[in-house]
Amino acid sequence: MSVFVNKHSKVIFQGFTGEHATFHAQDAMSIGTNVVGGVTPGKGGTTHLGLPVFDTVAEAVAATGADVSAVFVPPPFNVDALMEAIDAGIKVAITIADGIPIYDMIRLQRYRIGKDAIIIGPNTPGIITPGECKVGIMPSHIYKKGNIGIVSRSGTLNYEATEQMADLGLGITTSVGIGGDPVNGTDFVTVLRAFEEDPETEVVVMIGEIGGPQEVAAARWAKENMSKPLIGFVAGVAAPPGRRMGHAGAIISSEADTASAKMDAMEKLGHFVARNPAHIGETVLRAMKERGIAVK
Amino acid sequence: MNIHEYQAKELLQTYGVPVPIGSVAFNATQAGQAAEEIGGSRWVVKAQIHAGGRGKAGGVKVVDNLDDVRKAADTMIGTRLVTHQTGPEGSVVQRVWIEQASSIQKEFYLGFVIDRGTQRITLIGSSEGGMDIEEVANKTPEKIITEVIDPAIGLRDFQCRKVATAIGLKGKLMPQAVKVMKAIYRCMRDKDALQAEINPLAVVGSNDGEKLMVLDAKFNFDDNALYRQKTITEMRDLAEEDPKEVEASGHGLNYIALDGNIGCIVNGAGLAMASLDAITLHGGQPANFLDVGGGASPEKVTNACRIVLEDPNVKCILVNIFAGINRCDWIAKGLIQACESLKIQVPLIVRLAGTNVDEGRKILAESGLAFITAENLDAAAAKAVAIVKE
Repeated sequence: MSVFVNKHSKVIFQGFTGEHATFHAQDAMSIGTNVVGGVTPGKGGTTHLGLPVFDTVAEAVAATGADVSAVFVPPPFNVDALMEAIDAGIKVAITIADGIPIYDMIRLQRYRIGKDAIIIGPNTPGIITPGECKVGIMPSHIYKKGNIGIVSRSGTLNYEATEQMADLGLGITTSVGIGGDPVNGTDFVTVLRAFEEDPETEVVVMIGEIGGPQEVAAARWAKENMSKPLIGFVAGVAAPPGRRMGHAGAIISSEADTASAKMDAMEKLGHFVARNPAHIGETVLRAMKERGIAVK
Repeated sequence: MNIHEYQAKELLQTYGVPVPIGSVAFNATQAGQAAEEIGGSRWVVKAQIHAGGRGKAGGVKVVDNLDDVRKAADTMIGTRLVTHQTGPEGSVVQRVWIEQASSIQKEFYLGFVIDRGTQRITLIGSSEGGMDIEEVANKTPEKIITEVIDPAIGLRDFQCRKVATAIGLKGKLMPQAVKVMKAIYRCMRDKDALQAEINPLAVVGSNDGEKLMVLDAKFNFDDNALYRQKTITEMRDLAEEDPKEVEASGHGLNYIALDGNIGCIVNGAGLAMASLDAITLHGGQPANFLDVGGGASPEKVTNACRIVLEDPNVKCILVNIFAGINRCDWIAKGLIQACESLKIQVPLIVRLAGTNVDEGRKILAESGLAFITAENLDAAAAKAVAIVKE
């Protein structure tokens, strides 16, 4: 098992014939992802990478039964593509783009109400269930199969944590990048809930950063609702207030936004916290030993 | 992106929001002429910089003759104004805004922000105008009212009335308050603003009775939406931004200067922040935040090294790359190119991981250059800190 995507997922790429989509579709297929086609308006009826191209997501869904979409569409048109995916009945849409206007995301969040779709991103490396399904741009070879669920706002910090765990022989069920934007499709709580419900995930790692109330809200939810241990890290202890640290969402605007305040809150709620970004792997291992969870 | 107070007032005026009659001036003569054209007998001369707290720092003067207008403008223009928001280095005043002084009877606060909890725009109102709103929120939270705006429905009249009543804008002032709130919201939404702060919104006395007027306004716009906001983009004042940060963004790099002596070049904002954290935990001080982003070509890496090295405090550079869409071999080639073209004298500590890591490490090893390599983040940070402490 895993969360959101697995070997049964039928994946399409929106913006399929573009350079990045082509590259990442090939890479996804090389690790066994079931890519069934793609969408590029105006190129319907042609084939690309040996797969059918459609003009609309609805046509792609009707013809292939696709339920997951990788949205490789430039920021100005990205939210429109996401709405199209939701409208066509796609269950999980992953949007990689960095630079989507925040009002577009606010409108998307309104549009989604009452519709049953999971949106991962934007500004994320995507999602990967090792050996089964990859929808994103992460280096797949660092992700080994195991029993740890990992969720992060940052992409490269997710790689960092994953490698630290892999060096200790710790593998993952699914890695979810929720993205670095202030308004994003999926929050930490949604992913934590999915990991809690997934029988194969035994441990959950949550990697946050400065800015916004998400990490603490998730830690609070986890205390009430999770049986599995949660290990947290928050980047940006050394970040000055009031400055946007690369990610649009990473800005300290109040005391509660700081990395230290968030990690203090997590610790107070009884979760495991890695205070040093280089110690995420060993903190996970310590948590597993304390809770008697086997290393897989 | 931020704009000046006068630009915010001019923008609001196009939405029908009442602001004092005023004009911008770049020198004392212009300031005098502006005051004369504005008319009246009392004026406010306000230094235009992007930071708040100007009043306490001497950036706002009320004067009652044209000579004093010129004097105030002359004193302000060219001065480095230091407020609690500028940092100790302050910000040089390039222009002043002259406006007719208002007879203020009461001040209020209005703010529109994107609330990350609800992921919607929230209207914040308070009776405590002219105060620092964070302070009001901490000390007297009961004096703040918030109203969440549904993006599909917009800000409704009844919501504005609710806020107006709560902060004490009653009777004849209420319809004016509703009009002002709705206009600011419309402006914010049309122009992709992330934040609009009116502090104060004042009740002023005039010939035709009490009137609401915006006396100070601050806007912050979404950089990701500037491609569709031509008029806003034209308001950008590069003099208000760190020239190195502007230059870096021109090369697709995200650079923020800090106070330490360990230069940093990292890919990805999260890992870049974590690298600063690791340095700090080892007892060192980072000189900067720099995210080279995805697809870092050798040229981009060279530019990154050059920008980091422009800071004379930098004693070594920590390069930390975990390649996803990046490739370690490109980074390695870029570092060699940078060493040769920039004749780098400071030690480079390089940690490579991810896509094509073996090729990247091989290229560095075979270059014959004195790179200090590190296997992981902890070792890289430790080595960098040890070098600056030597």
